[in-house]
Amino acid sequence: MSDRISSPIVQLTLARFREFIREPEAVFWTFVFPIVVSLALAMAFPSRADSDVLVGLQPGADTGSLRDALTRGGGITVREVRPQDERRALREGVVNVVVIPTEPPTYRFDPAREESRYARAVVDDVLKRAAGRQDPWTARQEPQEVAGSRYIDWFIPGLIGMGLMSNSMWGIGFGIVQARMRKLLKRMIASPMRKREYLLAQLIARLAFLPAEVLVPLLFAVVAFGMPVNGSAGAIVVTTLVGTLSFGAIGLLLATRARTIEAISGLMNLVMLPMWILSGVFFSSANFPDGVQPLIHALPLTAQIDALRAIILDGATLADVRGELAVLGIWGVLPFFAALRLFSWR
Amino acid sequence: MEQPEVNHDGVTEPAVSCARLRKAYGSVVAVGDLTLTVHRGECFGLLGPNGAGKTTTIEILEGLLKPDSGEVEVLGLRWGHHEAALRQRLGIQLQETQLAEKLTVEETLRLFRSFYTRGRTVDDLLQIVELEGKRTSRVGKLSGGQKQRLSLACALAGDPDLLFLDEPTTGLDPHSRRQLWGLLDQFRARGRTILMTTHYMDEAEFLCDRVAIVDHGRIIALGTPKELIARLGEPKVITHHGTLEDVFMALTGRHLRDE
Repeated sequence: MSDRISSPIVQLTLARFREFIREPEAVFWTFVFPIVVSLALAMAFPSRADSDVLVGLQPGADTGSLRDALTRGGGITVREVRPQDERRALREGVVNVVVIPTEPPTYRFDPAREESRYARAVVDDVLKRAAGRQDPWTARQEPQEVAGSRYIDWFIPGLIGMGLMSNSMWGIGFGIVQARMRKLLKRMIASPMRKREYLLAQLIARLAFLPAEVLVPLLFAVVAFGMPVNGSAGAIVVTTLVGTLSFGAIGLLLATRARTIEAISGLMNLVMLPMWILSGVFFSSANFPDGVQPLIHALPLTAQIDALRAIILDGATLADVRGELAVLGIWGVLPFFAALRLFSWR
Repeated sequence: MEQPEVNHDGVTEPAVSCARLRKAYGSVVAVGDLTLTVHRGECFGLLGPNGAGKTTTIEILEGLLKPDSGEVEVLGLRWGHHEAALRQRLGIQLQETQLAEKLTVEETLRLFRSFYTRGRTVDDLLQIVELEGKRTSRVGKLSGGQKQRLSLACALAGDPDLLFLDEPTTGLDPHSRRQLWGLLDQFRARGRTILMTTHYMDEAEFLCDRVAIVDHGRIIALGTPKELIARLGEPKVITHHGTLEDVFMALTGRHLRDE
């Protein structure tokens, strides 16, 4: 039965899948790149709980007692900062507050930065207590472990969403433009192939990479950083599946007319770059003004990342993220049919 | 020569007929008022220099280009109305298609075969184009002649009634050309129809039952290669037999392959 004829959609999907998997560079960018990025970011943003408060101490006549007072309780790292280096040290985050040994001491810090305000408060508390301050009472402390509150936990779902977007859009866009340049698209429609099936196969072939695209960074984060996964695997599967199809459909739409790699690259960057910034991959999109929030929430990458964060970090169910799924669904269906209408096969 | 076939409705019809085809790109007229009929079972050649409008004409007949005006009927069907049915019965080889390089020969054939409701097996196709030994080779590793034979095999996947070939041997070495001619001869020997373009007169003389010489988007001569050569009358130069090249020169005062 080696010669059994299988359906065109299966053959088209297999062809696309094989073309991709036989391109070693593409495989590298898909699977290795996310790990490299997570590692780099994990080193740059260690979890807050186990990192010391960084305090700069200006050299002066009597810094010894100040240094003792600061380091006695632990949790504070003291670095000597000369006056001429002070601004740079604060800007680069080498220290978050600088203590000048005046009487009483002077704090130099940047009130616009959260770490800086926090460091000032810690230093102030430690130094006053060392100077003999009597507290009227001591509150009972109940530390709560809030799962997924570290930056790396927050970042990983964003990284997964960004990876799905990039891989789907580049993979599909490049594949189609290459086929058009080689006149392969024209050859395909000279056969009885159905155009809809060709485009659909491009999307379906992407799904074959989905398990690896999601699992590799997710497992890596769980193993290497102990990231919590509170939601169900099923919910993660459904949201990433819908997301991949949506990004793929946008990739199809962008590739409808492009005739060169340069043209498709420009279009891809034009569409993806705003989403990298607006959709909260690296920093929360809540920082943007209220006026642009509706726009931000209408973006497919925002919907993908918000849904993933809700599921992974907060344990949300599919019903909880139905709004995001609806946004992704619309971004999948409309571009697909627009692409089918506008597609140039020549 | 004329052996019209009777179709299912009991009506005789040519394999291809087109009337007053016109196609212009801006002010450049690629095809101007072109009318021709290709009979069932013949190998018909469009012969002409590069830029004569051969490719535009064949792509209109293949349903890949829309003419500005004129009528086209292929196997008694029309492109606008019966596209799906028509595509099932045609084999098409384009001029410059590069098949996907990362796929193997067998995978490529399996893909094309899947589009046809009936047709040849992949094993048959490999055997016909003599690529059995290359079954698992990547397309990117094939020689020019092997690629062209694979491309022909893709066109034969649906066991077509009518085969369109656009410059099938351009760029091939003499051995590969001969090999391809042999394959096309076999196809025609089974009573199927071929419509091809070429700018090689020896190819047209070897393969074609009838030839239309095309220049500036018009047919300037039509007939069997023998008739066309005979129409020249007494060869002006007795040192060699008349060829289609001479016919073209006599009609246009130019060589067929102006380089």
